[in-house]
Amino acid sequence: MANMCPYGRFTHAVVRGIPETFGKAAGDVRENGETSVELAKAQRQFGCLTGALRQKVGLQLIEIPPDPELPESWRIEDVAVIQGDTALITRPFKQQRRSEMEAVRRVVSELRLTVVEMGAEEGDTGGATLEGSDVLFTGREFFVGISSHTNHRGAEVLADTFRDFAVSTVPVCGGVRLRNICSMGGPDTIIISNSDGAKKTLRMMEQLTDHHYEVLTVPEDSAANCIYIKGPSKVDFLLHRPAEECPDSVSAFQKLQDYTLLPTACSEASKLGASLSSLCLLINRKHTHF
Amino acid sequence: MTTEAGSETEVKEKAEESAAQPDQSEKAPGETQEVANAEGEEKEKEEGKGITRYLPTWLKKQKSQSQTSPTKEAPPTEEAQKDSAPAVNGHAEEVDEKEADTEPAKEEKVDESAEKSPEETRLTAEGAEEQKKKEQQQQGEVGGEEEGGGEKEGEGESESKTSIFQSPLRLVRKTKMKLTACHVALLEGTDFSCEVEKRAKGQFLFFKVCEHLNLMEKDYFGLSYTDSYEQTCWLDPTKEIKRQIRNNNWQFAFNVKFYPPDPSLLTEDITRYLLCLQLREDVASGRLPCSFVTHALLGAYTLQAEFGDHEPDQPRPLDNVGQLTFAPNQNKEMEEKILELHKSHRGMTPAQADVQFLENAKKLSMYGVDLHHAKDSDGVDIMLGVCANGLLVYKDRLRINRFAWPKILKISYKRNNFYIKIRPGETEQFESTVGFKLQNHRSAKRLWKTSVENHSFFRLTVPEQPAKARFLTLGSKFRYSGRTQAQTRTASSLIDRPAPNFQRTSSKRISRSLDGAPRISITEATSENGRESHLDLHSDSKSPMRVHGDNIYVRHSNLMLEDHDKTQEDVLKHQASISQLKRSFMEAPPPSPPQRNQWENRITSSPATTIRIQQQAESVPQAEAAAAAAGNDATSDTKEPAKTTEVEIEETVVVQEVSIAPKPGLVTVTAAPPAEPPAEQETREQEVTVQKEVVVEEEVKAAKRESVSSESESEEEAEYHPNVSICHTQIPEEEEEEQQKEEEVKMTEQDATAPDAPSLPAEVSQPVEATSREEEESRNEVAKEEEEEEQEAEKNAKGEGEAEREAKESADGPSMAPAEAPNGHAEPEESETETGAPKEEEEEEEEEEEPKVNGEASLFEVEHRPQVICCSEPPVVKTEMVTISDTFAAQKTAIATKEVPIVHTETKTITYEAAQLDGSGDGEPGVLMTAQTITSESLCTTTTTHITKTLKGGLSETRIEKRIVITGDCDIDHDQALAQAIKEAKEQHPDMSVTRVVVHKETELAEEED
Repeated sequence: MANMCPYGRFTHAVVRGIPETFGKAAGDVRENGETSVELAKAQRQFGCLTGALRQKVGLQLIEIPPDPELPESWRIEDVAVIQGDTALITRPFKQQRRSEMEAVRRVVSELRLTVVEMGAEEGDTGGATLEGSDVLFTGREFFVGISSHTNHRGAEVLADTFRDFAVSTVPVCGGVRLRNICSMGGPDTIIISNSDGAKKTLRMMEQLTDHHYEVLTVPEDSAANCIYIKGPSKVDFLLHRPAEECPDSVSAFQKLQDYTLLPTACSEASKLGASLSSLCLLINRKHTHF
Repeated sequence: MTTEAGSETEVKEKAEESAAQPDQSEKAPGETQEVANAEGEEKEKEEGKGITRYLPTWLKKQKSQSQTSPTKEAPPTEEAQKDSAPAVNGHAEEVDEKEADTEPAKEEKVDESAEKSPEETRLTAEGAEEQKKKEQQQQGEVGGEEEGGGEKEGEGESESKTSIFQSPLRLVRKTKMKLTACHVALLEGTDFSCEVEKRAKGQFLFFKVCEHLNLMEKDYFGLSYTDSYEQTCWLDPTKEIKRQIRNNNWQFAFNVKFYPPDPSLLTEDITRYLLCLQLREDVASGRLPCSFVTHALLGAYTLQAEFGDHEPDQPRPLDNVGQLTFAPNQNKEMEEKILELHKSHRGMTPAQADVQFLENAKKLSMYGVDLHHAKDSDGVDIMLGVCANGLLVYKDRLRINRFAWPKILKISYKRNNFYIKIRPGETEQFESTVGFKLQNHRSAKRLWKTSVENHSFFRLTVPEQPAKARFLTLGSKFRYSGRTQAQTRTASSLIDRPAPNFQRTSSKRISRSLDGAPRISITEATSENGRESHLDLHSDSKSPMRVHGDNIYVRHSNLMLEDHDKTQEDVLKHQASISQLKRSFMEAPPPSPPQRNQWENRITSSPATTIRIQQQAESVPQAEAAAAAAGNDATSDTKEPAKTTEVEIEETVVVQEVSIAPKPGLVTVTAAPPAEPPAEQETREQEVTVQKEVVVEEEVKAAKRESVSSESESEEEAEYHPNVSICHTQIPEEEEEEQQKEEEVKMTEQDATAPDAPSLPAEVSQPVEATSREEEESRNEVAKEEEEEEQEAEKNAKGEGEAEREAKESADGPSMAPAEAPNGHAEPEESETETGAPKEEEEEEEEEEEPKVNGEASLFEVEHRPQVICCSEPPVVKTEMVTISDTFAAQKTAIATKEVPIVHTETKTITYEAAQLDGSGDGEPGVLMTAQTITSESLCTTTTTHITKTLKGGLSETRIEKRIVITGDCDIDHDQALAQAIKEAKEQHPDMSVTRVVVHKETELAEEED
């Protein structure tokens, strides 16, 4: 369709800073757990990420200031699904996260994206929940992981919003999110974890798709979430977790030919179940079709 | 056979009696006709009886049996409608066709009478003719067939109006043939009107439309119509239009049937243009969902293609846009966006704009997806989408599953269930079957047909040969009849003409009611048709094809059971008649019509169906079997005269070769059962009759075939195996399945076969025990055969052989009854081929393949069958007549040949277990092998080989009967023909001796009819 072009072309990235309340999300299961996060380290890692996106990859970076009232607002990926010039403002599973979208809505509006609201009318979409971290867009189609945070109704809304594309639902196991176990590693490449749950999900994806994807399997879950961007100069950038965080998987990334690999640490965010891609929204405002 | 004659009679009569009885139940026409036939005799509602008068006693018996058969129960009218409705995927269902036959005829009459007085006069005249015919029939039963035949041919030939056999009489008739105005809604939004003969096939109209459009890459397109259930169906090109449309509403729409995955590979711009038109409509109607941006983009390309560059000077640029429909929810914003984008397309030629349009449209996820409402096994509403790549399962808008064609081993439907058998994954051991529930059987069948067609078109390089499945077989023979995408691409590449000029219409595109695109709306939940319903349907359904098929199977099983339990006496009684039939069959010359290839067969079947329908309609009230029998009778009466006209000279040369089986110690039994019977028959019917008998046989066979196919369809079961190589191995399955009343078509993926094989045994429900051994043997044989055989013709022969074997097997146990069906079918196939051939040969000469000579096949069989004991006489043991009468009737109609109902006997003979145990098991495993049909301008030669093997006390006898029928208008040198036949026989079977040669010569006067 009009919006259909190979995955990876982005012009903008939207991020949101790490608030002081990082890691203190109310009701966050992990809060009570053994995980203790270092705010400073998280902010440093965030800085590295944004720096890489802006300076190495060359995206225009739009940073929304952190809001202490919204401890999870830095997981900006969850609150919107953007494809082409359409942005679907999602309806996160947690009630308290639903106010995170306001700032994002403002930003995407300023970028002159067509904003589609999902949670606006409670009646229509009652019960529908959708988070961006359960959505994998491959450039050709959407996969929506049905997880603890995303349900079928939410996926339907997504399908209704992006009608040009096939929207397939796949199961994700073990309480993780779809994007935790897989991500795009190129226009036709899916990077996916080697865990049993991920394999199951991959099988389903392979069954459901009309297309053929190269699959890059990595032994560690944490390594499966990468950020692939085709830069302005046709360079393939891959932001991935550094060797310290996934020692077994780095060699796999070496297989990607002619890629510029950008190891980017994300240890603190990952302690909270997030990953690299959770921290940014990627937008392509340059539509070759028009 | 009564086919056309019957229908016409109905019509005529109606016209005479009262042109204004449009709503008469289908029965009514039949009744009236009968009444007329009976000429005031008891109006017993059993129409069959009335007709029976004219039939030989043995025929009557048959009929009576059929009546007894369970099929009777089914109330014809009610269900008939149900059945008929289901033109699923666009292909008119057979049932529909049947109904169509009856009803349309009525309606047509009415309409015509109302509309045009000339028509009426014509009708009356015809009616008079009919009367004459009837009289003739009463007198001699002679002429009727000819008429029927002639009409049939007329049907087949409608496209190419010259048939070899046409006699002047026929020509006259043709000229008389009524023309009906057809309205075809074109993609441009305009209507194309033309007149076609009422009996024209879908193809004829389709070609006319394509011609009008100057379209050469036509294989992506089709004609659709709306059936009485508001379902959009595809017009089957191989079947008569009249039998497909339900309501005499000759309204069609020209639509894209197969959306090319890559439109840029289309050769001509005009094809792309038409595809664009279709897609614009799809998009505008919301059938092809797309986003706002896409709507705008596509709209802009449309503007560019239709209006050229954006004109800034244009006073009110939005006017154009506002008048056009681009999206279901079009608004000002979208129109502005469209205009904005339009500007960016400046300089694009219309063709370029179309290409861009298609490049964008093809990427839409729902491009080319044909959606069907269904429920999954949990009762959850889903949508099943059929597309170029396979089957997609949607829940709401979400894709929840997908089955690519390579993963599908089998597609089948049973009643309102649709099944796909999935190839096991690498880690799985067993294939799994996924079932979906559709609203009703029509929906299921529609989905099945769409799936079969899409698979064939996109996945195969060559359309699957329906014939293979037919042999044994089973259920609906339906297969995609057109060219595959690969073929059409090849053909397109050969297009050598300057790019045609065509005018783009800037007309508004309004979504039309007649859309090729499948509509999912399911009007009524037909309810679940239980198996019982099968019977009902059959009986009900006046649609001949389906009903017959289903009925037959059902009947068989029922009959068998019943017979065993109750009717053994009857059976014994019948045996005599059966043996007679056999004999007659043996001796009787094969049907005059040349053999056809599979394609032709398909085509031919349609006319037959129609005929059947009529017949059924007549007899409807009673059991189907009875009806069928009646139909046969009636047919024979009417047709005979007709045939005479057609076939002026029939020569039959029967060469019987008896050879001792190669095995040592075998005693050759020379006695040929056939020898005796012919005499009897002849006595009865005299020379002319003999010929008729022969013909009848063929017809019957054809009917059986058709019935088989119809069965599956009628039963609402069908299977389709996507295996690339159609393996004979699977055949057993099919047979079994047949018994089960399921159709299977093997799909084309090679692997499939292996997986299926294991499942086969499971599938076989009944017979297996006793039969298993034999089955295995047969399989082995089959395998060998396969190796040996290279040509399809041979394959056919094998198939027949297998059928026979099965028959033998069936003979063993009572449960085997169903087995009979296969035999009958097998033979019918040949007969069909033969019969239908003449008509359609001309039309489809290209497609025809010449069957190989029987010699090889026969030899092969001989080897396999040595074990069989020879019975000099037809296995008299416990044979039953299966009520195949309906089938026969239907077939008869289809076949132009004369109707002599009896011949089938062989096929229908059922042997009981006792026979087998004793070794006396007669099961006459006769193999019919159609060898050759040679058609010249004036002569048609058909060679039929019948191989019979019998085992008795360790002796095996193989008897090969070769029947050569030469039909033509001119004189034939009998001596030469005979000499040639003997010579050939000797050459082909050097190890055998010619024991008997029978020559029948018939000369009829063409003028009898009028």
